[in-house]
Amino acid sequence: MVGDSKGDLPKFGLQLGMEGEELTEQETALYDRQIRVWGLDAQRRLTRASILVSGVNGTTAEFCKNIVLAGVGTLTLVDDREFSEEALSANFLIPPEKSLCDGKTLAELCSDSLKDFNPMVHVSALKGDILSFKEDFFSKFDVVVVSCCNLSVKKLINEKCRSISKRVAFYSVDCRDSCGEIFVDLQSYKYTKKKKLDEAVECELHYPSLEQALAAPWKKLPKKMSKLYFAMRVIEQFEEIENRRPGGISFTDLPAVLKIKKELCEAQSIDEYQVPDDLLERLVSGQGEFPPVCAILGGILGQEVIKAVSSKGEPLKNFFFFDVFNGKGVIEDVSNGNASSNFPITPNLVQHFQLID
Amino acid sequence: MAPKQLSSAKELIRRAKVLMVGAGGIGCELLKTLALSGFEDIHIIDMDTIEVSNLNRQFLFRQSHVGQSKAKVARDAVLRFRPNINITPHHDNVKDPHFNVDFFKQFSVVLNGLDNLDARRHVNRLCLAAEVPLVESGTTGFLGQVTVHVKGKTECYECQPKPAPKKYPVCTITSTPSKFIHCIVWAKELLFAKLFGDKTQDNDLNVHSSDTSSSSENLEDVFERKKDEDIEDYGRRIFDHVFGYNIEMALSNEDTWKNRDRPRPIYSKDTLPGKSIKHNGNISKNGSTDDTPSLSAMTSLGMRSPQDVWSLMENSKVFIEALKLFFTRREKDIGSLTFDKDDQLAVEFVTAAANIRASSFGIPLHSLFEAKGMAGNIVHAVATTNAVIAGLIVIEAIKVLQNETENYRMTYCLEYPNRNMLLMPVEPYEPNKSCYVCSKTPLSLEINTHRSKLRDFVEKIVKAKLGMHSPIIMHGSALLYEVGDDLEEDMVANYAANLEKVLYELPSQVSGGTTLTVEDMQQELVCSVNIKHRDEFDEEKEPDGMVLEGWSQPPPEEKKEANHTVSNAGTSISGGPVSKSSEVVEIITVEEELEAAPPKKRKLTTIIDRGAASPGGYSSIPNDTDNRGKVQVVDDDDEEDMVMLDGAPGVFDGDSDTSKKRKLV
Repeated sequence: MVGDSKGDLPKFGLQLGMEGEELTEQETALYDRQIRVWGLDAQRRLTRASILVSGVNGTTAEFCKNIVLAGVGTLTLVDDREFSEEALSANFLIPPEKSLCDGKTLAELCSDSLKDFNPMVHVSALKGDILSFKEDFFSKFDVVVVSCCNLSVKKLINEKCRSISKRVAFYSVDCRDSCGEIFVDLQSYKYTKKKKLDEAVECELHYPSLEQALAAPWKKLPKKMSKLYFAMRVIEQFEEIENRRPGGISFTDLPAVLKIKKELCEAQSIDEYQVPDDLLERLVSGQGEFPPVCAILGGILGQEVIKAVSSKGEPLKNFFFFDVFNGKGVIEDVSNGNASSNFPITPNLVQHFQLID
Repeated sequence: MAPKQLSSAKELIRRAKVLMVGAGGIGCELLKTLALSGFEDIHIIDMDTIEVSNLNRQFLFRQSHVGQSKAKVARDAVLRFRPNINITPHHDNVKDPHFNVDFFKQFSVVLNGLDNLDARRHVNRLCLAAEVPLVESGTTGFLGQVTVHVKGKTECYECQPKPAPKKYPVCTITSTPSKFIHCIVWAKELLFAKLFGDKTQDNDLNVHSSDTSSSSENLEDVFERKKDEDIEDYGRRIFDHVFGYNIEMALSNEDTWKNRDRPRPIYSKDTLPGKSIKHNGNISKNGSTDDTPSLSAMTSLGMRSPQDVWSLMENSKVFIEALKLFFTRREKDIGSLTFDKDDQLAVEFVTAAANIRASSFGIPLHSLFEAKGMAGNIVHAVATTNAVIAGLIVIEAIKVLQNETENYRMTYCLEYPNRNMLLMPVEPYEPNKSCYVCSKTPLSLEINTHRSKLRDFVEKIVKAKLGMHSPIIMHGSALLYEVGDDLEEDMVANYAANLEKVLYELPSQVSGGTTLTVEDMQQELVCSVNIKHRDEFDEEKEPDGMVLEGWSQPPPEEKKEANHTVSNAGTSISGGPVSKSSEVVEIITVEEELEAAPPKKRKLTTIIDRGAASPGGYSSIPNDTDNRGKVQVVDDDDEEDMVMLDGAPGVFDGDSDTSKKRKLV
């Protein structure tokens, strides 16, 4: 339940402009350099967007900073945990000492810091368990980003977003040591793709839910699939079975993790070398988030959310992986499994038209 | 192959002393990520102060900090979440002499987040001389890159040629503009400079016809306001002269218009109502006389949106109003003004003048917002790309501390995925053996030793091409020229005299076969220049009247630019019709955060295409496969594959020769 803080709910729509409303002079001056990148229309749409972030850590802190700077309408944070050294480690939005935290939740602490970044964005913190929030709560947002939670929670929130009649874009993001993963579900998404100077193509992408994506048989995935995809599934499975908190894993868990890997590979009929032991070892023995990776994930995710909200640019579909060890930031499309047979994989060419530019 | 565990780097990171150059878009992100990653001793150099347009991405700064030192405010902001680390700010130019080789030697690694080529080259040389590794970076819009430069192991920043500033033939600007940018250049470099700038500077404003020079000399007075001349009359007289009379004069030169549309002369009486009524107190909206930055013709005319494209009449009104405001409210500035994108009145004047000229030539008009971008060479910038690039810089910096030479990568941040990658790592290249900077390869210079003066050599070669700031020039043991604060008076006089002499007549004669030694004490860079005498130079292709070899600069890319819309805010501009004149107007393109080098075949260099991202579309870069450079994948083993490519998706030049994988030795 939202409970006591109901009164703190951001007043959605209050300061949001009407369609086509001009930005103020102040906004135009502040956003000058980025308007030169994505144009005025995109900036107007951004200014009207409502974003929910559940789970505050180094990666989501980076993401929040990016979208607050970009000038979204409202940002709502949910995370009832309190100050800890661990929470501080990769997060620059939290004061460096417990004594400065006044008994506030992580969401409140981060919200306080973010407000300073851009006075034109309404940032607020909300108390409560994200799982207890109903569909009508999620329907207030255009974008929902989750982190710091187990697979089952991600799936539940993802399903709630999908059950709402309007599209609520869903993202999950996780940084484990030197590796990171982003998942994107935009349901059905149309965008305009510029081909040449005077030609544009309208494309439509169909995204599977997290549940549908993860149901894709491993054997059917491309051979060059990022190994991180499989490794993350193994760790996820372990944490789910052992009922660990996300990231609550250490080197001593390695034998159990390797066992799960073996079982999964057998069940999915893929060779075990597709999920290298040293990668799993790195993931289990890592020390939380690695700040440069948080910056990279927060930057890529920020950019994706800006794209989705402004309906400009080609969004990534549907996983992104980064690993410091090979330095690659890779997009993988995991949607051609059984469960997603209803979803065409390739962009649907709806129509060609001439751009009037 | 895999780097050591990150945990083992902790102690190295804690003890490292790093120098950051630049506290702007990349710098803010970088300082934050360094602090979070455990770096405890960070020096930061930035000469800039904070501006409002920085605030959308330079997140360590607030409105209340506008006008303060970036380096200092950034330090204070980071200490708020990491109070126990040492951050030493330097509110100074990195080219300041006290940042010498000894200063650089104290650092484990230098990290660049700079906004101009000149400073990047300077830091590169200091890093080479001090033998300190350099991690270099740049971004524009959604594109970015991080490269690693370690002396003797990877190429230096200058092993690859860098792009030349855009240049336009003078007659395109003065007589035959075909694009809006040509009108902007005319309005900014010629008209604005003529009316409000240094009157003693050469100015081609009247070079518009085949007239003899005598007639254009007579016209000089046109731009002077006559004694007691009413300001509105003066404004209209200038208007009629530059948009009416000058166009008529140009039209009289029939040859010019054989294959071109004829421009239309515009006179103030046709575009403006009768002599304007005095603004009844309206002008007081502009605040006090000291309020220079907010003085605005738009405000006094009641015009609001910088996004609107004004009509010819509106442009004419703004032109007259801005000129009046300059002469009545900023009289003391006149004679010393240079165009500044943050000077509202200057931007208004240049926008209006460029639009009126564009009307004459049938070129589409643009809004103040767009014109400002072009005139100010404003580079697109967003926070997300800077954050990603800063993360990549720290990752490379840690590898440098771990001395993992074989794992260094150049990484490119792309807007559209290439081979599924948004972040694409590429192996760095080994040093270019013929690089005059890091391999000390002699340069050779073709020059007319009987005609070119030492001054020409100093200005056109030593400063402009070799990027030296305090050069010493020697012929054997004879000193021909040097710069310094502590020189004897007679030496200063001696050098001044030498500057005006042709090379052949210098006290120590310079002729074909001579080798000159050019040295910059601060950069600790020494170059040998072999002189070859040559009598004639092609005025059009070799406008300097000398040709330097062993140093190359690729021409501006014309091919690509054809694909860009004009709305790409001034950075994507092509040269226009080739001029018979050898003169060129040079525009200094200051890239805000990224210096872009078009690639030579041997490496995937810059993905940054000027104007890559345009307003109104995420990018004008075609994303279809036809435009992709060939990609070569080299499989090292099962785990890793290394991608080598000659061109990224439509952003690289179309060289499609096969590249060779060049492993580090």
